Amino acid sequence: MQTPTGKVEEKLYQNRYLVDEGRPHIRVVPHTQPSERLAALVKICPAGCYSRSEAGPVEVAPDGCLECGTCRILCAGTGEIEWNYPRGGYGILFKFG
Amino acid sequence: MTEHFDAIVVGAGPSGNAAAYCLAKAGLSVLQIERGEYAGSKNVQGAILYADALERIIPDFREDAPLERHIVEQRFWMLDDQGHMGGHYRSDSFNEEKPNRYTIIRAQFDRWFSAKVREAGALVVYETTVTSLIRDNHGKVCGVRTDREDGDVYADVVIMADGVNALVASRSGLKTEVRPEHVALAVKEMHFLPEDVIQSRFNIGEEEGVVIEAMGSVSVGMVGTAFLYTNRESIAVGIGCLVSDFAEAQVRPSFLLDRFKAHPSIRPLLAGSEVKEYAAHLIPEGGLKAVPQLYGDGWMIVGDAAQFVNAAHREGSNLAMTSGRLAAETVIEAKTRNQPLTARTLAAYKAALEKSFVLKDLHKYRRLPDVLHGNKHFFTEYPRLFSQAAQTMLRVDGVDKRTKEKQVRKAFQASRRVTGLIGDVFNIARAWR
Repeated sequence: MQTPTGKVEEKLYQNRYLVDEGRPHIRVVPHTQPSERLAALVKICPAGCYSRSEAGPVEVAPDGCLECGTCRILCAGTGEIEWNYPRGGYGILFKFG
Repeated sequence: MTEHFDAIVVGAGPSGNAAAYCLAKAGLSVLQIERGEYAGSKNVQGAILYADALERIIPDFREDAPLERHIVEQRFWMLDDQGHMGGHYRSDSFNEEKPNRYTIIRAQFDRWFSAKVREAGALVVYETTVTSLIRDNHGKVCGVRTDREDGDVYADVVIMADGVNALVASRSGLKTEVRPEHVALAVKEMHFLPEDVIQSRFNIGEEEGVVIEAMGSVSVGMVGTAFLYTNRESIAVGIGCLVSDFAEAQVRPSFLLDRFKAHPSIRPLLAGSEVKEYAAHLIPEGGLKAVPQLYGDGWMIVGDAAQFVNAAHREGSNLAMTSGRLAAETVIEAKTRNQPLTARTLAAYKAALEKSFVLKDLHKYRRLPDVLHGNKHFFTEYPRLFSQAAQTMLRVDGVDKRTKEKQVRKAFQASRRVTGLIGDVFNIARAWR
């Protein structure tokens, strides 16, 4: 079986979004050392919204967010994420869903 | 928006639309609030529509609902890295006047359903997010706050149909937060191909559809399943695993999907297709244990928000529509009798669910989530062993059949030992009972 090498950015490019400029609906609480769960999001966020440089803090750029809630549920106990739905009408607009 | 309604429904997915439609149809004043630009713009499903649940709400839905293909064949595959073994069921009896299951595209279907809700007389407001519940002096829920200016609206009852994340109920303290081991994260893509290519590739006629459910090496050791559904001019392909397993295994969901698409049994089915969307969604898979308190003074929870998914049978939208309908019927009945919509009155909603397949099925499979979660080899070892067994028996290489059977038996014993095999049979039988 061949191993795929596709990037998630290419997938998100197919989608339609209405970004609420300057009002991100997800915020990572300032921290120096992320919990294991927060750090895991760099890999498991299906839209690749989370990133981390070296051993620094985890950052989020939710423009490509699919609003699944994985990060919200995973970090509900750690309190490291502030998560809200985008304002009505904004965010992902599924053409097919 | 200072008006008072008989009922407010939060969300315009299958459960919310079912509830709003039934309430409006009965002549009640209904406000439905949806955060998407249109119904369906935030919703994701495989998707299979179960006709029976919708028929009980809109009997003639087939006349104008956007349906893709009715399903005539179900394939269940256990995969190893090289191939699959499994069972298919196909029958011409599924080509009936009123087919039982259809593939649908949710953004289109939900829009249709939402139009029906408006036709029935409900006021549907889009692009509006409900942020919290409003309670009266006695603690009874009497309305919702939205993200619109002056966005407080009031009603005798609030039906929460806001999906798996169920933010309204959890942030109001009416239910606990969903646990990572009780939800699956599914990712899927829409692959477009000409209608006739899909028909020849899947050996089906016009309007006929195929469902493939797959498990095995594609979930790389996690508890999860993959799927492939044929639409008219597209194929929905996806894979989902428990969020807790994703967190532990640290596998990229998009990588998992690409890997499934590259599987030798799947790749030829998708060859030459154009991908037009990538989606992700959570599926409640905690079963009965994860079901929250379903009603209280002035409120009810329906659909995914109530964790109503029968994971074993991949059913959810039918539980959603049925729970929405039963919630509505509870309100209609109470209104007819002039009863206040208190917890005592709304307890009839739960009683109705218990009499229906919704809670009966969740009760039947109440042990299954724990069994699967604690026995990952059902998703790893068994698909591999069965595939290997098929390979051993089918390859003709001069080895006699008794020896081959011995090899198969030995492979099973080496993997699970006799006690493990007996335990597995016992566990699954008990969880399925």
